[in-house]
Amino acid sequence: MNLSRKWLNEFVRVDAIDREFAEAMTLSGSKVEGTTDLGAEISNVVVGKILSMEKHPNSDHMWVCQVDVGQEEPVQIVTGAWNIHEGDLVPVAKDNSYLPGGVHITRGNLRGVKSKGMLCSLKELNLDERDFPYGVITAAALLNDYHPIDPDKPSIPADVRPGHKIYGPVVAAAVEGVKSAGRGRWTCVLTYADKDGPTGAVVTTPCQNLHAGDMVAFNTATAAICTLADLHAEQREFPHCIPDGIFVLQEDGIRPGDDIKPVVNADDHVVEFEITPNRPDCLSVIGLAREAAATFDRPLRLHEPVVRGGAEGSLAELLDVETPDADLVPRYTARMVRNVKIAPSPKWMRERLRAMGVRPINNIVDITNYVMLEYGQPMHAFDYRYVKGGKIIVRRAAEGEELTTLDGKVHTLTANHLVIADETRAVGLAGIMGGLNSEIVADTTDVVFESACFDGTCIRRGALSLGMRTEASAKFEKGLDPLNTLPAVNRACELVEMLGAGEVVDGVIDILNNVPQPTVLKLEPDRINALLGTDVPADEMIRILRKLDFEVDGDQVTVPSWRGDVRRMADLAEEVARFHGYDNIPVTLMRGQTTQGGYSPAQKLENRLGELCRACGYDEIITYSFISPTAYDRIGWSADDGRRQSFKILNPLGEDTSIMRTTTLPSMLEILARNYNYRNQNVKLYELGRIYLPGGDDGLAVENKVLTLGAYGQGMDFYAMKGVVEAILRDIRAKDVEFDPDPSNPSYHPGRCAQVHADGRYIGVLGQIHPNVAKSYGVDTELYCAELDFGQLLLSKGPDPEYVSLPKYPSVDRDIAVVCDEAVTVGELEKAIRKGAKGLLKHVELFDIYRGPGIAPGKKSAAFSLTLRADDRSLTGEEADSDVKSILEALEKDCGAVLR
Amino acid sequence: MKEQLAKIRAAALSAFEGAQSKVDLDALRVQYLGKKGELTAVLKQMGRLSAEERPAMGQLANEVRAALESALDTASKKLEEAALEHKLKAEAVDVTIPGKAPAIGHRHPMYIALDEMKEIFIGMGFTVLDGPEIELGELNFDRLNAEPGHPSRDWSDTFYFDEDERVMLRSQTSPMQVRAMDSMPLPIRIIAPGRVYRKDEVDATHSPMFHQVEGMVIDKGVTMADLKGTLNAVIKKMYGEDTQTRFRPHHFPFTEPSCEVDVQCHKCGGVGCPTCKGEGWIELLGAGMIHPHVLEMAGIDPEVYSGWAFGFGLERTAMRRFKIDDLRLIFENDVRFLEQF
Repeated sequence: MNLSRKWLNEFVRVDAIDREFAEAMTLSGSKVEGTTDLGAEISNVVVGKILSMEKHPNSDHMWVCQVDVGQEEPVQIVTGAWNIHEGDLVPVAKDNSYLPGGVHITRGNLRGVKSKGMLCSLKELNLDERDFPYGVITAAALLNDYHPIDPDKPSIPADVRPGHKIYGPVVAAAVEGVKSAGRGRWTCVLTYADKDGPTGAVVTTPCQNLHAGDMVAFNTATAAICTLADLHAEQREFPHCIPDGIFVLQEDGIRPGDDIKPVVNADDHVVEFEITPNRPDCLSVIGLAREAAATFDRPLRLHEPVVRGGAEGSLAELLDVETPDADLVPRYTARMVRNVKIAPSPKWMRERLRAMGVRPINNIVDITNYVMLEYGQPMHAFDYRYVKGGKIIVRRAAEGEELTTLDGKVHTLTANHLVIADETRAVGLAGIMGGLNSEIVADTTDVVFESACFDGTCIRRGALSLGMRTEASAKFEKGLDPLNTLPAVNRACELVEMLGAGEVVDGVIDILNNVPQPTVLKLEPDRINALLGTDVPADEMIRILRKLDFEVDGDQVTVPSWRGDVRRMADLAEEVARFHGYDNIPVTLMRGQTTQGGYSPAQKLENRLGELCRACGYDEIITYSFISPTAYDRIGWSADDGRRQSFKILNPLGEDTSIMRTTTLPSMLEILARNYNYRNQNVKLYELGRIYLPGGDDGLAVENKVLTLGAYGQGMDFYAMKGVVEAILRDIRAKDVEFDPDPSNPSYHPGRCAQVHADGRYIGVLGQIHPNVAKSYGVDTELYCAELDFGQLLLSKGPDPEYVSLPKYPSVDRDIAVVCDEAVTVGELEKAIRKGAKGLLKHVELFDIYRGPGIAPGKKSAAFSLTLRADDRSLTGEEADSDVKSILEALEKDCGAVLR
Repeated sequence: MKEQLAKIRAAALSAFEGAQSKVDLDALRVQYLGKKGELTAVLKQMGRLSAEERPAMGQLANEVRAALESALDTASKKLEEAALEHKLKAEAVDVTIPGKAPAIGHRHPMYIALDEMKEIFIGMGFTVLDGPEIELGELNFDRLNAEPGHPSRDWSDTFYFDEDERVMLRSQTSPMQVRAMDSMPLPIRIIAPGRVYRKDEVDATHSPMFHQVEGMVIDKGVTMADLKGTLNAVIKKMYGEDTQTRFRPHHFPFTEPSCEVDVQCHKCGGVGCPTCKGEGWIELLGAGMIHPHVLEMAGIDPEVYSGWAFGFGLERTAMRRFKIDDLRLIFENDVRFLEQF
């Protein structure tokens, strides 16, 4: 919401400078996002009066002007514009002045003639014709500026003389003199010749570029000086006869030397507010004025609209309104204006609209916008002649009903849309936008002003479904004050009379379907203070509430109709707190019963797993929870893989983020691939992230956490990844850890993938990513990943360690090397060794695998280091030998492995 | 004989001193003190001496032996020391060559910031809660007082899994307030960090997935002054004791009164600069007293209990903490970024 401070000052006088104003309003609850000084970019620009003009000695199109800028001596300024005359008042950018866009104007030399400044156009002041409709420039086609397209075939001879026939009744005429006729028109004395000899004419013309000595094309039939359009000429044929030039001021009471800013409303400051959805009343100048008055403790001067009325006719006969869907129309108020004269609205109104970011259009439309800004009440004006049967029906649209709105778009409606209709058709989308078929146009004579209160949800849904949220719909959807419709429509009618835009018909159509009773609350100062932790006296609370227009009678507080957000004690407490000042609420620490904070066992394990990964050199990443459905293809899952069952977002940002992942692998692979593309050489990453599986309580997901590791680069191989997984499992004291080959996981290399088990539980998978999967991520190096289920890790976590006394007796080390088939895994050999041991074996460690000379093809030799020890005595060699013998027997029996 | 001993002594001492290596020294030991050595040879002549001469000569011979052995020992030590010195010199390394560091992984900067925050709150008796991201619309909106038609429910703002808006991606961590109220005994002090989702396109300050830290206290006699005191203490711990805060009114459906908390701009110190858009303050979090209707919906009597709640944006906190200027870096996971923390 933008607020013009000049407009604000009409209701409450606040002199604070912008920064103080912003700070104070922000601290009382109306957050200021920024302030724009409309004239910040303009300096040293004044009103100037053209005293005299001469042709530039060295240019065929420039003028040298002597300009009174309120100083003792006039200043000389050279201009290329042709629309000015002696006596004109114009904006003058003096030497060392600034214009919008950071343009710096300084004195200079133009073709040898000194110029101490610049005369300004509308555009140079960041204005346009909508701000100053009188600033429109009409250019005559000056024959002395004629440049034929083909020099060999000129349409007008170079030596054209007054009286030369151009075509039909159009002849060349010499301009003898030009005088202002006021209001942007000029009286021009012309001489030419007809068949009877020299003659002349005095004509009034809107063309501004005429000066004595010019030659024009004069239409003797219409007594008009021809423009380019009249001659069907192209601009390039008359390069200096353009509808552009200096902004000639027509303001009353301005004098040379006056600062230009107040003249063009560049002295206003516009404050941008962030209005929270609970305060639709603040989407208006009056609403913000009320807040400002309370903030600065200044009186609020509101104005009661006064309408004279008296136009011909009776409203009851002219207009009838029906609201068959009463629940969607709490209130519908309308008035009528006749004998409307559509015209631009006055400068003050245009300036205010423009300052608030609204484009001026014409007096009637501008009035509706003005009232919407001032009262926060959306207004609509429509042309009465298109209301067939003089009957307005506010109803649900018929299914498939079509309506073209003011923006020219055709909409097909449903019963969820509310329309304003006559007996035959819809003429507007209620609360959203008017219909093109009842638009206010130049010849509109009778106007209906609608000031209604529609159901917020209905308007919001309707606007949303049509994709056309308008300023009006944005206001309606927040729920407007039904008591505001009447003052607003009266204000509109008052403005019509003030602007002389038409005559108001007596009477008001006002249908009240649902106007709620005011909310009355009990003022409980003790409870308010108890909630805030303050000690604000009851009197002060009452003073604060009253300045916000709450009525307080004893302990009864009546909430104003526009404050639908205030419903109970806590809401009153906020009003008190806002104006007592949040800064004045004391700062205390929590009292009461102390609570024991801390981490749960799961959170402790999460922290520990992170520490372990980092200790192993892995960096933590954070990836999106949603993925593309094609991710399952990329990681090689078959089309009928049950794990593809995912939560699907109905309104995703895009396909790539449209389903909730049931595996973290694609996320990890994407980040590995990204780092690979960034040419990062050695990358080790981990994430403890969630997957989202269907089947949870209440139709929600089962959100399991997965510890995902991913790596590539120097030293990375299957065993490097396995080592990390082993280190993690060892650290959490998982028991009976096993790694089983998994040749069938489609995401992994069939020969380099293992399922991880601990204590009989399936923990997850690790291995090299299948080269095809890596390729689908654009990576041609070996990627290694592990996916470990956090829940299973938590279940497998062993109890806290208990101290075991250190060995008192020495151990005996024996190395054995056995030969077995290639197919036999080291895991199987180890299992056989443990099985064969008779209780003395404390540790087994593989230290070599050998294939080659001395070993038969298809066989391998595996060498283990065995540590044997008894806890209660020193072992003898015989005891150790006996154990080793038993181990070797087991190896042979279970694995066919024989001592080498 | 006496002369012989004196001669041996002099010759040996001089020889020992001149020895250049352990090997030389060993040869000299044999030459003078060995079984067939010169001193032994002299001592063998002792038998020829008279009984009166023998003791004196014996004593002298022992003295000479002792002197030789001591000198030998000294010379040996000297040689050892010289050898060690030589060895150490040869073993000298270039200490400026980089060390062989074990690769240690890095915590993601956002979680560093979260860890700090968790520690602070745990120290104040808060429990850390974890909850679902795929959440019921009822908990994300209805139970938090967001009426039907509230703009945050728009399909342009929130991700839904069904047309009835029953199941959605939580748009805030605030449903954890409701879950805590429904499941925990009073009094309650919790924080609940986690992922939240809103339909924002990715840019330097937006992401469709980001993180919040929810906090809530419910007890008898909890006041807005407590809220200010607690949050001030937390913010000072996070950003330094000198940090200035500002509480200003705001609106959230589930708190009343509500506030937003700003911290004074760290770049300009409150004067106003581009970082703080000229305001001198930077918005940090939203908070407020829990709306009595939210308590009522959870079966908690607002006449007896009151509470406050807050929500931090974690990304913003981390970005401020580490001066990260683009949110996209957080989710890009470039190791060159990650390894800076």
